Amino acid sequence: MHQDEIPPGTLYLLILKALARGGELHGYEIANWIEQVSDEVLQVEEGSLYPALQRMLIKGWVTAKWGLTAGNRRARYYRLTALGRKQLEVEVSQFERVVQAITRAIQTA
Amino acid sequence: MLAEIVRRLLMLLRRGRFDADLDEEMRLHRELREQEQIERGLSAQEAHYAAQRRFGNDLVLREESRDMWGWNWLEMLLHDVRYGLRQLRRNPGFTAAAVLTLAMGIGTTTALFTVVHSVLLEPLPFKDPVRLLRLYEHSSDDKFPYNANAGGVFAEWKKQSRAFSDLALLGGGQYNLSSAGGQLPEKVSAAECSWNLFPTLGVEPALGRNFTAADDRPSATPTVVLSWGLWKRRFGGEPSIVGQSIHLDAKSYVVLGVMPAWFAFPDHTTQLWTPVYHEESPQEMEAPDSHDFAAIGRLKPGVSAAEATAELTVIVRRLHDAHPEDAFISKAAHSRPLLEDIVGDVKTPLYVLLGATACLLLIACLNVAGLLVARGVARRRESAVRAALGGSRWRLLGAHLTETLLLSAAGAAGGLLLAYAMIQWFVASRPDVSRVEAIRMDGVVLAFIAVLIFACALFAGVASSISVRGEQILVSLQESSRSHSPGEAPVRLRKWLLALEVGLTVVLLVGAGLLLKSYARLRFVNLGCATDGVLTMRFSLPEAKYHLPVQRASFYDALLERVRTLPGVQRAGLVRSVPGWGYPGDNGFAIAEHPPLPAGQVQYCIVQWADPGYFAALGIPLLRGQTFDEKQRAGKPYEVIINESFVRQYFPGEEPIGKHLISMGHQPFTIIGLVGDTRSELAQPPLPIMYFPICAPFDEGNVPNYTMLVIRSSHDVAKLALPIQRVFAQLDHDLAVSSILTMDQLLGRITLDASFNMTLLVAFAALSLALAAVGLFGVLSYIVAQRTHEIAIRMALGAQKGDVLRMVVHQGMIPAVIGMGMGIVGALGVTRLLSSLLYGVQPDDPLTFASVLLILAGVALVATYIPARRATKVDPIVALRYE
Repeated sequence: MHQDEIPPGTLYLLILKALARGGELHGYEIANWIEQVSDEVLQVEEGSLYPALQRMLIKGWVTAKWGLTAGNRRARYYRLTALGRKQLEVEVSQFERVVQAITRAIQTA
Repeated sequence: MLAEIVRRLLMLLRRGRFDADLDEEMRLHRELREQEQIERGLSAQEAHYAAQRRFGNDLVLREESRDMWGWNWLEMLLHDVRYGLRQLRRNPGFTAAAVLTLAMGIGTTTALFTVVHSVLLEPLPFKDPVRLLRLYEHSSDDKFPYNANAGGVFAEWKKQSRAFSDLALLGGGQYNLSSAGGQLPEKVSAAECSWNLFPTLGVEPALGRNFTAADDRPSATPTVVLSWGLWKRRFGGEPSIVGQSIHLDAKSYVVLGVMPAWFAFPDHTTQLWTPVYHEESPQEMEAPDSHDFAAIGRLKPGVSAAEATAELTVIVRRLHDAHPEDAFISKAAHSRPLLEDIVGDVKTPLYVLLGATACLLLIACLNVAGLLVARGVARRRESAVRAALGGSRWRLLGAHLTETLLLSAAGAAGGLLLAYAMIQWFVASRPDVSRVEAIRMDGVVLAFIAVLIFACALFAGVASSISVRGEQILVSLQESSRSHSPGEAPVRLRKWLLALEVGLTVVLLVGAGLLLKSYARLRFVNLGCATDGVLTMRFSLPEAKYHLPVQRASFYDALLERVRTLPGVQRAGLVRSVPGWGYPGDNGFAIAEHPPLPAGQVQYCIVQWADPGYFAALGIPLLRGQTFDEKQRAGKPYEVIINESFVRQYFPGEEPIGKHLISMGHQPFTIIGLVGDTRSELAQPPLPIMYFPICAPFDEGNVPNYTMLVIRSSHDVAKLALPIQRVFAQLDHDLAVSSILTMDQLLGRITLDASFNMTLLVAFAALSLALAAVGLFGVLSYIVAQRTHEIAIRMALGAQKGDVLRMVVHQGMIPAVIGMGMGIVGALGVTRLLSSLLYGVQPDDPLTFASVLLILAGVALVATYIPARRATKVDPIVALRYE
């Protein structure tokens, strides 16, 4: 399977979406969801995941809480906030706008 | 937005746990990845590596995550600070030297800045002080453009002027404050003022009330307003003083009120205020030609000072033209802001001192920069390592500046203490400086110190970084220390820093030398009388008790008689004011035997009053004729004695004895004697003086309101002060004696400003000389240490000790000589600013410059000689052995 890098700027979008499904996920689960949902096309760089999560904590789009995994290990679980949900909408519409524009640009001969 | 800031701040508090938490989080993630890889079929080992690879560099990841929160700069700063403190602790000698040097520079500059700010820059503590003007009269002969005001002219201004919302008048004075409840009588400095002085300034009494127009009349009950200090000190701070009476000059005055503690006008020696129109006679207050007062005005809003002054000029000109026969009526008016009037005298000296401390501060910074360069060389390997590990130039500079900032802050802490001590000393030793009561350290001073901290740190840090170059890293990292040297750059930098130091030192030394010479000339100028073994004291006979001339005469007689019988008293005399005391005042005169002067022209000269024994008492030679007749008290003819300058100017080639002067209300006075010249002011040449007998029967207005007793003794004259005061007390227990000084003390007091400035400047110059010498010594020791190898080779090749000595001294003297050259040029430019402080010395006095150069050359030679000698002791064999 060929794995592509996540286009720059869309990591936040994907993380927000991962958490938007409700519930709490920890870092590994978020990365995993993105890979699975994209049929392993998109691969998350751990090196960019954690800094991104920090930024989202600063901005108040997510909150974090320590909890226990199924295997009784301590993990930090992230949850989307109302602000984050709003930000998701903003990012989605922005992304769609960009994609439409690029698509249009490509389709013109 | 706000929530984000709060979140960031909260993270700041939890910084410690952040790393551990993140580590744990990432560890779990990595292990889960590992597990996933194992499930995919990799071995445990390979899975581990695969997971690790996906994560990448842990440390970088952690740093990036932390960076997100934006406190990176703070972390770096704290790290630099901790590192800097550690470094400074490891080099206590260097740290102590740098901190002390900076403390001295910052402390002195801060102290002077505080004085300059409080005295010269802070506005006066009155309401809307910008609108307050001091008004002057321009004399008709143009000799005194900023003359005191006459009561008559002031009255016209008050009546006719429209430009001022208020005009007030002020006169000086002293009173005998009589004993009440067993306290000794005391001489108090006072001010007579028009009733509206305080409203014009915009101040209210703290207790009681102000004068009203009704109090300011000749027929009113005598009233007085006290100063806070006098009230506390003399009247126990009792609020009941308001409404009570006190005894001034044997008269009863009702206390109307007490002024606030901070109020000091015209200066801090003024202890009480009385209404001037009540204290002075109506003739005096209406006379347009008797310049005894100071006028102050408050401008109306919207009126400029120039407009107002022009209006006053018109008014006084009208008066001047209406009385062409009276040449003492001024013809124009001038004005200055009140602040400038009060502090104008001390402006130049204070700025000169501030400039000197700035020089000292600069020298201190240069010195510290030199020390930093030396230490930088010693740590070049460490710097090289840091640079190799990825430290950018800016990062390294930042770390370096943090260190200098720490030094600077420590120096400022010490400097603050030094400044405080210096300010206390200044206030205690210079009560003559205007507005000295206003000197205090406030917020502006603290801000100034903060600025200095940053400025010094920046200067020293940048100056010592100039020689750092990137390509030297590799070379510095090599282990062998013989085949590489840190290069010429640091040495050259230090030499230039040193040259600048020497230049500034020259400027300070020249300034100090000029002031020293000037002070010596001033202090020991020939006054024209004896100054050894002379005691003086001041007293005034209150009008209420000594209304008649014959009463005064009998007091003087009794006083002189008793004083002359005291053991140790050789001679005694009375005079209005002794030579050096200041300009005594003048009066017009005409010479009866000469043709009358053209209309409008006038002659005037200094007037003095003296008793017959005065000239002998002070050793003023009686050149011709005789002194006043002892027995001529209330009788005629009136007598006058003149001095040499008078004869030179008004009787050239004539015999003055026997001629007559017409003065003091058109009385003819016979010239009976000729005495030697004396200087009334220390810095001025002798002027013509006419001496009148001290108890001659003149009208009220012309009698001196104070007298000085002069004692001459061959033994310790200061010991006579107490016995003489007892004589005064015996004669009149309400009489207070003041200004009890020997002639030497008096001259010391008069030259206080000059001696103080000189002392400070000499101290600064000495300090800077020491710093420059130490700096030179340091640079040369370093050079010798660095070039030991080279010196050894030279000696092995045949160089003599003398050659080595000359080489090293040469190395040291070059920057010193360059510095001296720069310093001379700088000094020539700067000392011109000193000329108002100099007496009898030119700003480019060659002797001073030459002496300074000699001193500096001598000190430089000594500072270079010691390391040079060390260089000659190098044993070539030992030095060359260390390969």
